Amino acid sequence: MSKTISIDGRQVEFVDGQTIMEAAAAAGVYIPHLCHHPDFTPHGSCKLCTVKVNGRNCSACTFPAQEGQEVLNETDELREDRRMITQMLFVEGNHFCPSCEKSGNCQLQAVAYYLQMLDDHFPLFFASRELDASHPEVMIDHDRCIFCTLCVRASHLDGKEVFAISGRGINKHLIVNSPSGKLQDSALEAGDRAVDICPTGAILRKGIGYRVPIGKRIFDLKKIDAVSLAEQGGAHGE
Amino acid sequence: MICRLAKAERRIQSAKAATLAGIDSTNHSEITLMYEQLETAESSDNLRRVAVDPVTRVEGHGKVTLLLDADNHVRQARLHIVEFRGFERFIQGRPYWELPVLVQRLCGICPVSHHLAAAKAIDQLVGVDPENLPPAADKLRRLLHFGQVLQSHSLHFFNLASPDLLFGFDSDVAKRNIIGILQEYPDIGLQGVKMRKYGQEVIRMVSGKRIHGTCAIAGGMNKSLSREERDYLLEDIGQILKWAEQAVALIKKVHCSNLPYYDQFATIRSHYLGLVKSSGALELYHGGIRARDRQGGIILDHQDYCRYNEIIHEQVKSWTYMKFPYLLSLGSEQGWYRVGPLARVNICDRIDTPKAEAARQDFKAHGDEPMIHSTLATHWARLIEVLHCAESIQGLLHDPDVLSQDLLLQGEKRCEGIGVIEAPRGTLFHHYQIDENDIVTKANLIVSTTSNNQAMNESVRQVAATYLDGRELTEPLLNHLEVAIRAYDPCLSCATHALGKMPLQLELVDASGRVIDRLVRESDGMLQRSLADA
Repeated sequence: MSKTISIDGRQVEFVDGQTIMEAAAAAGVYIPHLCHHPDFTPHGSCKLCTVKVNGRNCSACTFPAQEGQEVLNETDELREDRRMITQMLFVEGNHFCPSCEKSGNCQLQAVAYYLQMLDDHFPLFFASRELDASHPEVMIDHDRCIFCTLCVRASHLDGKEVFAISGRGINKHLIVNSPSGKLQDSALEAGDRAVDICPTGAILRKGIGYRVPIGKRIFDLKKIDAVSLAEQGGAHGE
Repeated sequence: MICRLAKAERRIQSAKAATLAGIDSTNHSEITLMYEQLETAESSDNLRRVAVDPVTRVEGHGKVTLLLDADNHVRQARLHIVEFRGFERFIQGRPYWELPVLVQRLCGICPVSHHLAAAKAIDQLVGVDPENLPPAADKLRRLLHFGQVLQSHSLHFFNLASPDLLFGFDSDVAKRNIIGILQEYPDIGLQGVKMRKYGQEVIRMVSGKRIHGTCAIAGGMNKSLSREERDYLLEDIGQILKWAEQAVALIKKVHCSNLPYYDQFATIRSHYLGLVKSSGALELYHGGIRARDRQGGIILDHQDYCRYNEIIHEQVKSWTYMKFPYLLSLGSEQGWYRVGPLARVNICDRIDTPKAEAARQDFKAHGDEPMIHSTLATHWARLIEVLHCAESIQGLLHDPDVLSQDLLLQGEKRCEGIGVIEAPRGTLFHHYQIDENDIVTKANLIVSTTSNNQAMNESVRQVAATYLDGRELTEPLLNHLEVAIRAYDPCLSCATHALGKMPLQLELVDASGRVIDRLVRESDGMLQRSLADA
């Protein structure tokens, strides 16, 4: 007998050791998320995948699936919470979609569309963080970083530890492991997994922006709930 | 009316006399600013201020101010641009490949012009000069640009200008708009809407969106046309071509039905500047700079636009956010010039599509001078360009290159790029410098409307002096000022670039609307408290 949990009343099978997110993904149930990627250790930082498990809020990406769980995912309340979280992510940085080369391939933008986010709601912070274009092939626009740590985890898997998150709360920021703190002095190379893992337009390959025409970009073709987790994680401009 | 016309004609006669007396055809350094004295009144004491604010049926926000004395004589007339953008500053610090997408947000009417001018500039940054661009990319960009000029010109003529031209400058203000045109002349109004739509569809097929698409990238294009897209555009081009011919016939009829009036209204005798092909033919996408003086003599020809800094400089005046460009060789007093449809049709030797060329010859033949100076003839020239665009689009859609996938070239990186294009409203300059990390460090944009700044002001002053001077002002009379400005189809939001030099004015107004205090920061940073009208 396989074990099951219930997500919005639907019975979803799981095997021991799977998280709710993993069980849902395997069954084709979309739970909005940004910091989750199937190839990396769950982090539970963006809180977008918050679901109600037996009446309590939990991060679906970190919470283990257990027999008999009643999971609520697509409720008005959770949708509203997720929309507000997304709005907060937008106003904390400078997410100016009209000119951003990641537009159409950006998970943050796609999640915002999915959640029907129609405005920022909160006052803009007008973040002004330094742009690091020192590396010949990769650049970081820190204003677009949402601190999901996917690059940190990917770089760990690359065996390089190029990225880390430093500071707490509002002072949290992405740092680069190099004597100068600049990308050019780090061990990052164009072939690294960390280069293409960013779900927003913070880490980008240089010089290739806008090469994919409108209509052919990942989220032009499918809404984010129809794109596989692996595809989402690798979304970039080429 | 007869008196006013007679007065206007006397002014024109006196201008011609001055021309004949003082200037021969080889001396293009002499150019008369007939109404320059109206730029700044000797003293604003006891003068009454009348403002047309905002100027309507133009792109962007501007106002005209008049200062009148007790007898309603015009002492000062100015076109002010009251909005401020700042693109040249805030694109600094961004990577160069963002430029075509970032700067096209300058405008919602002709974003394609900015997109392409920036793309031409960043082509150079990746080591690709215009002549080396893959033919497919070059032709797709041209197709995009023809679509853009077609839609922008159609929008201007049918939606913005035709109410004045078909109903009369002093017709009922309630009717003088596109709704009135659609009611009174439904065929013409609908043709305008559909011609604009067709141009927008060309843009959508090439760039993915009707407004603010992305297609031109450093060294080429990101897509070609599919066969379906090409065939879709071919379906209607025959009809568009017919309507374009009818539009040229219409404006010719309107212009010639009142020829002396149309030839003198807001007319100024200026130099003209624009790009031409190496053959001297009309060019909208890429060519050398040519300038002709008011008698048609060549001031400069086939100049490489990358040297624009040696050809054109800009002057800043304290009362407007828009700069005043001039030809360096002639100086700021004499070197101002006009750009746009009238300039292009005036400076070119021919147009290399047959119907537009026939229309050009017809147009040039209507005047008795080598150059057509009539400001209202700009509408005529504009529609000749619409015809040229329709013919060119038809030609390009039959060219197999627009289906080719050979779209991109990359060369050796450079740190400076300059892109110049003939936007609907005239010559548009984009100039960028980047650092070793691909980040923009410097940007200069000279936008088409800016080049017409002096000319628009001179036209406003001419109309003020000719039609308004000494009369009790009424809405129809004030509309004459707007008609003069509209002929240039200015895009005021694109054209405001006097960064860091903006005079600011703070007004305290009481409940009845009376200004009770005013604080002015001049362009030199000096603060003044004054109640005298400016």
